[in-house]
Amino acid sequence: MAMHPSFSRRTFFRSGLSLIGSATLPRFAFGNDAPHRGGTLIVAADTEPRNLNPAIVASNGVFYVASKVIEPLAEASYQGDGLSPRLATSWVGSKDGLSIAFSLREGVTWHDGKPFTSADVAFSALEIWKKFQNLGREVFENLEAVETPDQKTAIFHFSKPTPFQLIKNALPALTSVVPRHKYEGTDILANPANQKLIGTGPFRFAEYRPGEFYKLERNPSYWEKDRPYLDAIIYRILPDKGAVAAALEAGEIHLAAFSEVPLADLERISKAPGIFIKSQGYEGLTYQLTVEINHRRKELSDARVRRAISLAIDRKFVVDTIFLTYAQASTGPIPKLDKQFYVANKKMADFNPTEANALLDEAGYPRGANGIRFGVKLLPAPWFEETRQFGDYLRQSLKAVGIEAEIVSYDPAGHQKAVYTDHNFDLAIGSPVYRNDPAISTTILYQSGIPTGVPFSNQYGYRNAAVDSIISKAAVAVDGDERIKLYQEFQQLVAEDQPIINVAEFSFVTVARISVRNLANNPRWATSHWADTWLDK
Amino acid sequence: MKRLPGLFLRRFVSAIPVILIVIVALYVLMELAPGDAVDTYLASSGGDSEFAANFRRLWGLDQGAAPRFFAYLGRLATLDLGQSLIFSRPVFDVILERLPTTLLLMGASIFVAFGLGTTLGLLAGSKPYSPGDRVLSLLGLLLYAVPSFWLGLILIIIFSVWLNIVPVGGFETIASDKKGLERIQDIAWHLVLPVLSLGLIYLGLYLRLMRSGMVEVWRLDFIRTAWAKGLTQNRIAINHVARNALLPVITVLGLQLGSMLGGSVVIESVFAIPGFGRLAYEAVIQRDFPLLIGVILIGAATVTVINIVIDVAYGWLDPRIGTQQKVKT
Repeated sequence: MAMHPSFSRRTFFRSGLSLIGSATLPRFAFGNDAPHRGGTLIVAADTEPRNLNPAIVASNGVFYVASKVIEPLAEASYQGDGLSPRLATSWVGSKDGLSIAFSLREGVTWHDGKPFTSADVAFSALEIWKKFQNLGREVFENLEAVETPDQKTAIFHFSKPTPFQLIKNALPALTSVVPRHKYEGTDILANPANQKLIGTGPFRFAEYRPGEFYKLERNPSYWEKDRPYLDAIIYRILPDKGAVAAALEAGEIHLAAFSEVPLADLERISKAPGIFIKSQGYEGLTYQLTVEINHRRKELSDARVRRAISLAIDRKFVVDTIFLTYAQASTGPIPKLDKQFYVANKKMADFNPTEANALLDEAGYPRGANGIRFGVKLLPAPWFEETRQFGDYLRQSLKAVGIEAEIVSYDPAGHQKAVYTDHNFDLAIGSPVYRNDPAISTTILYQSGIPTGVPFSNQYGYRNAAVDSIISKAAVAVDGDERIKLYQEFQQLVAEDQPIINVAEFSFVTVARISVRNLANNPRWATSHWADTWLDK
Repeated sequence: MKRLPGLFLRRFVSAIPVILIVIVALYVLMELAPGDAVDTYLASSGGDSEFAANFRRLWGLDQGAAPRFFAYLGRLATLDLGQSLIFSRPVFDVILERLPTTLLLMGASIFVAFGLGTTLGLLAGSKPYSPGDRVLSLLGLLLYAVPSFWLGLILIIIFSVWLNIVPVGGFETIASDKKGLERIQDIAWHLVLPVLSLGLIYLGLYLRLMRSGMVEVWRLDFIRTAWAKGLTQNRIAINHVARNALLPVITVLGLQLGSMLGGSVVIESVFAIPGFGRLAYEAVIQRDFPLLIGVILIGAATVTVINIVIDVAYGWLDPRIGTQQKVKT
């Protein structure tokens, strides 16, 4: 999985200008290129997760703070096969897909001084990732044992053939290792180590003041020599986005990740002295803007109607106006950025309201006297500004093809329940995350038979035997190439049927002061370890 | 005063049925609102039904509405406010942490608003309809009309970003471990902008109240007597007019102090101050029932105490009040 920075006219213009501009800067502004020790990095945070343990809750809000303290077996990388070793130094999958052998790093200690061994990996995998983790429950479902012949080897044994390719793709997000001696025999969900983290990472958990900040301190006995560079990291809780921008400009914080500075502010803030913008570093954290469709509604169960809805959406408008070009139009269930699996399906991104009208007529839903064919209830997800704005835009686009959409707004808890438990919607705007492999959190959007109440899954009443069959086949396809072929077939099938409509793929933008160095040097930078981040004077 | 303990007791006792009704009403409303605490959690983490079930069990949400309610009431009878679902800590601790912050913020804002506002109102009211009065009245109207979050952000831009005089937000310098006088200075410096943002808005209220109160009093008979006695304009304005115009202002002050604990969700968000307003907001959004009720209860207790204090102050300010004998029941 390689990086693919979006290169628009805007990027060219800006980088051209900054190149010319940099030549006029006084010499000291270039900064030192050799990293040096010291400094406290202050970053903006906006959530305070209840459970800070990434082994249990593998989500971005948790990783942002916790991944500097608790490490996975491997992290995502721009180089090589896309993985860089952390707690595991190598991994080999058996031909029959029933076992994977991990060689673990030596000389690693927990923050409380005890040594890190294969027993910790075995415990984390069997007792936590498989039993409790939101994503791991699916991926490690067939993990039946972890053999530990010695302290630096852990062999995962699966009861059914499990694709090595899938586990590799899952390593960065799903394999955070926690200390066995802190969790064994306790109530894992209620364990205080879920807030006062203990890990092997470059930073130790120092302090948490609710509503104010998290503080992490340098781990002097980190396994990587001369790392981390920073002395400490402070996460300042700043709930207001305007205040985040102001704090950056006033020099009170160094960095705001995850688009905490709203897109509309980026133009203005990039001109402020000492501040730069980076949209790279999030390729492994791609979000998808989707229109979720409730197939229980007769009109929406017709593929022609769904295709008409897709044709009514001008994806270029969405990318340019709602995302201010910080997104790409989507052509299918797998984002373009995933070079491993992606197959292009250009016609899924077509914008053709005339054809849409024709399809709706053909499907048997003519316009009434007032120009309306039928009405729908539209529930935009409240958690991103862009999903709410897209809800407004979708309503307008649907009006143009004769569908009257009524927007119903809920807060996060209400939306969750209405869509994924009560199925009380016709159309909804969703933002599922693509996590480097279709099997982790994507196929679940199309698979039938998911119990009610599971968020971000097929709660749409969609059932397609061919799609189900491909998904189950790919789930056990041990051969990497065969697996890729199957997922390509999956994308073609879904393109025809369009059970949910993929509109755009978006990620985030980091705004930082120029003193922050080694920023965005891997595809999951904001949620990775920051051991090599340093502060220039 | 002899009747004070009796007053307190009577007030608290009469408050209990009110509080019970509030608790039941809040509980019903929260149950009716779609989604529970786990649903909010799932919205940010995802997870399958087992994942959700695990957390429901952990937070005691897997039982029915009625058993949970009675369990809660039972704990409440022993003055145990329960565990907050959001913070996984006792509700009482969470509230106690934030209480002084909000009291400080709101107290200072109201003090600034009352002090400045009343003074400006006095100035405006001493020569009604003069150019000075018109300017001040317009100022009062403008300040009252401005939204507090906008004012807050503008103040941040001017004083924090451009002039770099005060910090952008927060309650005190992060992780600085200051103690004693240094810490007080640090906190004071951090509170300048938020107090100003809130205070300037309320200032408009007091200014207008005081000014119109004075305009009223100027017309009364005893002022004519004062003129006749030969007192100067200023002396009349301050000693006679202002003093009497102050009473309605004190009433409003009392009401405001009572609602003080509501905090200001908006200002607390803009300035990243962990306060009561934000706490209540988070409790609703994340459906944290024990925390919300804890906030309401502590709030009600504080309001009751403050109201009693105001009543006493009233009696002291205006000797006509409180000299009535007990009404025969």
